[in-house]
Amino acid sequence: MADWFTLVAIFLLLTVAAALVRCWRGPGPVERIMAAQLAGTGVIGVAVVLGAARGDAAFLDAALIGTLLAAIAVTAFVRGTAKPGAKE
Amino acid sequence: MSWIDLAVLALLGAGLAFYAAGSLGLLRFPDTASRLHALTKADNLGLGLVALAAAIYGGSLAVAAKIALVWLFAVIAAGTTSQLLARRARLDEARLDDADSAPDGGLR
Repeated sequence: MADWFTLVAIFLLLTVAAALVRCWRGPGPVERIMAAQLAGTGVIGVAVVLGAARGDAAFLDAALIGTLLAAIAVTAFVRGTAKPGAKE
Repeated sequence: MSWIDLAVLALLGAGLAFYAAGSLGLLRFPDTASRLHALTKADNLGLGLVALAAAIYGGSLAVAAKIALVWLFAVIAAGTTSQLLARRARLDEARLDDADSAPDGGLR
């Protein structure tokens, strides 16, 4: 069973790699940050799956930190790049 | 292979399918809103199903609770960020429309 979980982790990394193509091509900053967010979710999935595969709860701590940082990254992007005088 | 193992494998497969759909949608969909729609599938369902499989496989209540917490935070983060991103995308569109009619060509 642990092998299946490792296999799933590899597949998840492949989907993250596919999402990074969108990060590369854009066209807008919103698309790029969306791809970065999908990469973040993918890595959280990898951490959960690897934690199950190896029976190591420390991976879950990493996943928890990942979820918190993903939200902060996108919030910082949206708040930090709005031009002054923009309608909100 | 027990019934529980089969259930875990089925959940893993379903979760992977949603992750793949999210990536594919992000790559293939034509505009920002529909790409955002694809992204939330991976965030909510993909991670949810994979996490459920890991929680069942983990076998202890403490591990399952922690995985549930990971998923809960991820769902809250996904809901918040998709609202923020959609608003930002709308602002960008409005600014582009203004730029078309602005006398200076609209510095973006």
